Amino acid sequence: MEKDVVLKMRGICMTFPGVKALDKAGLTLKKGEIRALMGENGAGKSTLIKCLTGVNHFEEGEIFLDGFEGPVRNKDTMDAQSKGIATVYQEVNLCPNLSVAENIFIGRAPLTKLRTIDRRAMNRQAKKLMEELELDLDVTRNLENYSLAMQQMIAIARAIDMDCKVLILDEPTSSLDDREVEKLFKVMRDLKKKGVAIIFVTHFLEQVYEVCDGITVLRNGKLVGEYDIADLPRVKLVAAMMGKDFDDLAKIKPESEELKVDAPVVIDAEGLSHAGKIKPFDLEIKEGEVVGLTGLLGSGRSELARTIYGADRNQTGSLKVKGKEVHIKEPIDAMKLGMGLLPDDRKAEGIIGDLSVRENIVLAMQAKEGVLKKIPMSKQIETADKFIDMLQIKTASRETLIKQLSGGNQQKVILARWLATNPDFLILDEPTRGIDIGTKTEIQKLVIKLASEGKSIVFISSEIDEMLRTCNRMAVLRDGAKVGEISGDEMTQEGVMNAIAGGDGNG
Amino acid sequence: MDKIRKITKMSLFLPIFSMILIMLINVVYDIGCGNAPLNFFMISIKNGVLYGRLVDVLNRGSEAAILAIGMTLVVSSSAGTDISVGSVMSLTGGMCCMLLAGYGVANTSQYAVPLIVGLGAGLAVALVCGLFNGFLVSYLNIQPMVATLILWSAGRAIGLLLCNSQIVYVRVDSFKVLGSYVGPVPTPIIVAAVCIAVAAVVLKQTSLGLYIQSVGINRKSSRISGLNSRRIILMCYAICGFCAGIAGLVATSRIYSADTNNIGLNLELDAILAVALGGNSLGGGKFNLAGSIIGAYTIQAITTTLYALGVSSAQAPVFKAIVVIIIVVIQAEPFKEYFKKLTGGRRASA
Amino acid sequence: MKKLKINNNNVLLIITIALFLVMYLGGCFIYADKGFTKMQTFLDILINNAGIICVTCGMTCVMLTGGIDISVGSVIALDCMIMAVGIEKFGLSSPVLMVIIILVGIVMGFIMGFCISYLEIQPFIVTMAGMFFARGMTAVLSTQQISITEDFFVKLSNLKIEIPFGIGSYVNTKGIVQTPYVRITVIVALIAVAVTFFVLGYTRFGRSIYAVGGNQQSATLMGLDVKKTKLKTYMLSTVFTSIGGICYCLNTMSGTTSQATGLEMSAISSAVIGGTLLTGGVGNVIGSLFGVLINGTISSLVKFNGKLISSWSNIVTAILLCFFIVLQAVFAKVKESKKK
Repeated sequence: MEKDVVLKMRGICMTFPGVKALDKAGLTLKKGEIRALMGENGAGKSTLIKCLTGVNHFEEGEIFLDGFEGPVRNKDTMDAQSKGIATVYQEVNLCPNLSVAENIFIGRAPLTKLRTIDRRAMNRQAKKLMEELELDLDVTRNLENYSLAMQQMIAIARAIDMDCKVLILDEPTSSLDDREVEKLFKVMRDLKKKGVAIIFVTHFLEQVYEVCDGITVLRNGKLVGEYDIADLPRVKLVAAMMGKDFDDLAKIKPESEELKVDAPVVIDAEGLSHAGKIKPFDLEIKEGEVVGLTGLLGSGRSELARTIYGADRNQTGSLKVKGKEVHIKEPIDAMKLGMGLLPDDRKAEGIIGDLSVRENIVLAMQAKEGVLKKIPMSKQIETADKFIDMLQIKTASRETLIKQLSGGNQQKVILARWLATNPDFLILDEPTRGIDIGTKTEIQKLVIKLASEGKSIVFISSEIDEMLRTCNRMAVLRDGAKVGEISGDEMTQEGVMNAIAGGDGNG
Repeated sequence: MDKIRKITKMSLFLPIFSMILIMLINVVYDIGCGNAPLNFFMISIKNGVLYGRLVDVLNRGSEAAILAIGMTLVVSSSAGTDISVGSVMSLTGGMCCMLLAGYGVANTSQYAVPLIVGLGAGLAVALVCGLFNGFLVSYLNIQPMVATLILWSAGRAIGLLLCNSQIVYVRVDSFKVLGSYVGPVPTPIIVAAVCIAVAAVVLKQTSLGLYIQSVGINRKSSRISGLNSRRIILMCYAICGFCAGIAGLVATSRIYSADTNNIGLNLELDAILAVALGGNSLGGGKFNLAGSIIGAYTIQAITTTLYALGVSSAQAPVFKAIVVIIIVVIQAEPFKEYFKKLTGGRRASA
Repeated sequence: MKKLKINNNNVLLIITIALFLVMYLGGCFIYADKGFTKMQTFLDILINNAGIICVTCGMTCVMLTGGIDISVGSVIALDCMIMAVGIEKFGLSSPVLMVIIILVGIVMGFIMGFCISYLEIQPFIVTMAGMFFARGMTAVLSTQQISITEDFFVKLSNLKIEIPFGIGSYVNTKGIVQTPYVRITVIVALIAVAVTFFVLGYTRFGRSIYAVGGNQQSATLMGLDVKKTKLKTYMLSTVFTSIGGICYCLNTMSGTTSQATGLEMSAISSAVIGGTLLTGGVGNVIGSLFGVLINGTISSLVKFNGKLISSWSNIVTAILLCFFIVLQAVFAKVKESKKK
């Protein structure tokens, strides 16, 4: 093996029933390097990672690992761990009912002479580890007491402690806010100095250019190329991922962005609040308007939208829809008023995995009709086909189970579910999270199109430039309260950043 | 080969396959005994009523089939089982007989209250039990098995209290109808058929099926999409309770007495087994009612066949256990994969 | 010394213990004249429930993995029948039969555990098959009630282990000193509890059980062998059940087909009352012990009353069960809302 190369994967092929997930994919990783693994959804990033960690078993190809002669193959995650490959997954994969220390040491806890767990030694080691990472927490408390970001850091601590040579971070930043991401990057740089090689999977381009040394790009299960960061500017990276010349995202905003000032008000919230989550706020949304909700993760941007929709119980205050005072107890009440909510957690709150695409599309429509008025099958098929065609949903048939679709297409199906109810007011919470750039652009275009058809839209995204492209106006949130609105000339990257951070400069 | 694979993938493959298997065993047995090969299917009229092993299966399997309807919905919507149905059957019978005979009376030949009141009260109690279970599961988020454990324990005990710890006999002909014959046809078969028909029509004509499956697969998503998940789960448990009530009345009428210690004993297991045999996942989500019902009759067919083979009723569970294990193992995903690898490997080497 | 932290799970355990004390003291108060206050009453509860305590230890472990084992009642009936038939018909000695019983437990646990963990079949269905099988096999062995008369076994059964140092001794009306005693089964049951407590709290295997119950997928990705852990847990459970079966047999001294029906539900309800969640990951064996004691106290109270029919104890247990699971649900809700 070449000098300094820790890991080399070559010609990896892997087939899932009916799909060739990997077709001669590969990756080379040098000692003390942070390498971004990039690709659109369905490019095979996760599959490649899983081949490395022994979760998936590939059919062809070889993996060479520093310190091992000849090709290696990992039977399972335990096997991979013992060879120095540690992984931190996107969704925190720890046990909430065990203590922090136990989560770090499970399966390899220090033992006393009697072969029982030496809790004192375990807690001491865990505490030391936490101090190294500058995390302030009680290692004897159960994991469930800590925030998701903290849990993510604990997962990383676990991986680091296992003396890994290769650390895989599979989209670790999607649930972290900026401060936490900074902390993570610091940890990553420290590890790099110690000679750990890191594979970093992410969708955020900014992060790639901030922290990585090299980029490996996959497309459709094939290796497109491996680059040094300096050789691959953003535009080229996107082009490599998408396999076509980069359609300038900035150009999707229509020319006539002037909104009619006298457009009727659709949503008028006054002093609306949610106990414990959202402080009372006022918000007015006009017909045909796209209003963005922005703020750091945990600032309450999703919760505010959900309060309007009645997704979480216990809201107080007054809400007028089209001038009429309403009380929303359950989502169905909001739907009957012409609202729709595309939730941010697609897997947990969006898709109904075991139902077909058709059933997923007609579900909200049917819920609105009520249990007794079954929508005739012919109409269901017609509706489903219409949206599959309109949104270009890539599915084998309308009867394919939605869980078999890729993330982006699942998102389109959920969008179709709401469009089928013909809503006047649609809340889109992170509609583009975790989906590829091509689909992102399509969804952004669709939002603008819907608004031009007179629908009002609340758009939430953690990517500011995406919001700038689509929104007419933005409401800024901080710590569960709405702290201001920005529109017109203030709608620039800096303007939004300043508003989010707050004037006092300590945010 | 592809055709075979297509057939084995059909949702009703398992229940129908097991049913056919049981029938084949009967045929082989009959040939072995020198009976007519199709003895199992022969229906004759003796003493003015239908007679034959098939009739027996359909007759005796009625309660389990009725229970299977409710159980299927419960399993689908809440990913859990209602283990209280057997006890609720007993409670229903106890309530009904207690009213018909009057409290403390152990043997009666005339009604204390009109028959309809007795039957109605029995069903009402069953419905209340279902609502109670449903309330615990849907509104308090308690795991179904634990929630229904309460009535599993209390239902039969309350039934026993109602009957003053005795077996209450109601020796009136009109009470016996539900468990005996209408013309030549056993009434339980008719009752089961009506229940199945009603369930089929409701599922066909309304979107209840979609609602239940949707809630069963993903409760949160369903709620956001405008379904009232809690109410749907509550309804499923209520239906299940009501089905248990009907089954309880049939079982009570069969023996024209409220033998609360024995009515519906372990029948919840048969009902759950029927659902699993029908190819439904006990993890909730998609369901197939026809499968569950065939499953229920299959279980009865196994029992009847075993009796015909001369196995005593106490020993029959051994065979039932073996059949259950074979069926679920065949159905298990890892087993299928292993089997596929095995056959695949053989084909490659050939 | 680390300060004892009070969290939700502890609170539930404390409530369970407090409830037991309240019920027991209530019994002492109401039935003082009938001798409820005597130490022997408490020890009788232990003696009568020794078998169930063993079973509940195993059940707690299984429930912690998120599984369930409803075969235990039937397995106990089978164990008793093996003991009875083995002694009376085949003339085997009881220690040999005890080994056989435990081996039967291991084999059944292995088969059921294999189906559940490696073939991924739902525990309820698998153990239901186990239940049918064990109950049916009992009938295959014999359909009659067989009493056990072997000397050694009878002696073992009648062995009184008196509480030392005269604790709880008193002089009865005839002037004879009565010393409270326990049977050997109680010692076995308490050892079982201690072993379970130790295994769950202080071994890698025990902590893996919690991890599997807490989040199976995570446990797999953290490199634990989930399947093996589950298999071992079911085997452990059936071994405890077999030991419980021997204890049960020492109490009843006979084998019949209808023995220990519904015992699985008593064990499950005891564990639930003791704070173990059926979803797995939460609970401990001390709670389960008190769960059994609460159930035992109820039956004993009903017995002391004398007028109430036995179904009242079922009803009271059900009401308590209801109270506890609603309490757990409320706690879970409070926790949820705190998180947000």
